[in-house]
Amino acid sequence: MTDSQTDTVVQLSGVSKVFEGRGQKAARVEALSGIDLSVRRGEFISLIGPSGCGKSTLLRIVGDLIGVSDGTVMVNGKLAREARLAREYGMVFQAPVLFDWRTVQRNVELPLEIIGRPKQEREARAREMLALVELGDFAGHHPWQLSGGMQQRAAIARALALDPAILLMDEPFGALDEMTRERMNLELLRIWERTATTVIFVTHSIPEAVFLSTRVVVMSARPGRITKIVPIDLPRHRDVETREMEHYFELITEVRESLRGSEGEAVDPRRVAAEGLSA
Amino acid sequence: MSVVAAPVPSSGVAVARTLRGWLLPLGIFVGFLVVWDILVRFLGLPQFILPAPSRIAEAWVVYLPELWASTTYTLVEIVAGLIIGSSAGILMGALTARWVGLRESLLPFAVAVNSIPIIAFAPLLNNWFGLDSQLSKAMVAAVLCFFPVMINTARGLLHVDPAALELLRSGAASEAQVFRMVRVPSALPFVFTALKVATTLATIGAIIGEYFGAPSLSIGQYIVRYAAFLNLERSWAAIVFACSIGIGLYMLVVAVERLVMPWHSSFRAGEA
Repeated sequence: MTDSQTDTVVQLSGVSKVFEGRGQKAARVEALSGIDLSVRRGEFISLIGPSGCGKSTLLRIVGDLIGVSDGTVMVNGKLAREARLAREYGMVFQAPVLFDWRTVQRNVELPLEIIGRPKQEREARAREMLALVELGDFAGHHPWQLSGGMQQRAAIARALALDPAILLMDEPFGALDEMTRERMNLELLRIWERTATTVIFVTHSIPEAVFLSTRVVVMSARPGRITKIVPIDLPRHRDVETREMEHYFELITEVRESLRGSEGEAVDPRRVAAEGLSA
Repeated sequence: MSVVAAPVPSSGVAVARTLRGWLLPLGIFVGFLVVWDILVRFLGLPQFILPAPSRIAEAWVVYLPELWASTTYTLVEIVAGLIIGSSAGILMGALTARWVGLRESLLPFAVAVNSIPIIAFAPLLNNWFGLDSQLSKAMVAAVLCFFPVMINTARGLLHVDPAALELLRSGAASEAQVFRMVRVPSALPFVFTALKVATTLATIGAIIGEYFGAPSLSIGQYIVRYAAFLNLERSWAAIVFACSIGIGLYMLVVAVERLVMPWHSSFRAGEA
């Protein structure tokens, strides 16, 4: 194995995705086009962009929940599909997707149950994960007895249960109020520091992306492309005070400006073309 | 960090709530009987048009042993029909949910069976399974139960949160695991709703089957016989028994439902 293989967890080369419309009227949508991205072990990557830029689609392509139309996706030196079958992914969605018929503990056990681990091992591991997300006292509760933030922490515990190589998060805090969201960001960073896992994180909040990430990937819409990658050179350990640093605001401005630029780029060529036709 | 803990009512409060829950319907029922009794007496209605509840109650007490024998006889048919029809419905629902091809080829057939008027079907089933047998009545009940149970089972198995399917897929769960861990629990509320409907349908089905020929012991024949003799209060007493069967089976299903899925939102304190 070469260095690049050991260091790189995710390697996307020339990835594109076209959703073929079904039926005659449905339009063919070019969701992603020419995506190249490599993610190193232990990185925290945020995908940000206007709605419809394909950031969730990209996340699902990495996780082999949808296939590519063109290009390759390698995860830990394997094809995405092989990586999924080897249970290298942990997924967290915008909704917690906890099952009401299971206790919090048994929800966290779910991935271990799928691979047929013995009961004792499942329970021990689930307890460990619940302690990590500070839900140890709520193991016996049912999901509907928890607040939204707590439910999402249980979902994170479940995603980490198999110690995955990569954690895929699709706007996990998008449904939470601002205060809970900021607290959850700190929690997530603490968990990330302790587990040293690689994270790909979809969000539409610029401050959230800057606060959490080692790199912010800015995308544009129709077709979804990567327009800029902003390295976040804030100190690796971040806390409440990071949010008051001048450089934090500079980075937010930089991401915001690249987003604005990306929208322009995405729209301008077509507008020019349209104007050219009508003239 | 606040917990939106489910309130656990103290036992005293729970008992009071249950009592209140029972008293209101009971009061309305008793009021209804009183108004009925007064109206019948006041208007001087002949008993073959509408007997007073007091007369029905009297018949109920006097003929209790034979009514009880008839009820248990018919109850066997209803329960057997419920079991046959619901099992077939759950099985077919599961099969059609799993295979789209099967769904498309079987659904029209099931709809057709469901569209046959049961009145026309009951004599046929009596022919096939024996005029005097309990099985033929159970089959009428089963035919009525089958369709709602099948449709709801299939619907419940297919009505699954797409994110839950993605979650299981990302964990590389097998088809069987998805079925067991997600589809079956998601389908349970649908199946139980269908079973509640099925209890009343089975009661109706068995009694209709009996109308077209059954031993005189059966409730259906009991109702027909005393209606013919213009001994209406005895018919009405039997109808009350038939209703009690329906209500009893319904409550049984509700009890089993609570036992099987205590987690369901409809059973949480303060929400029901």
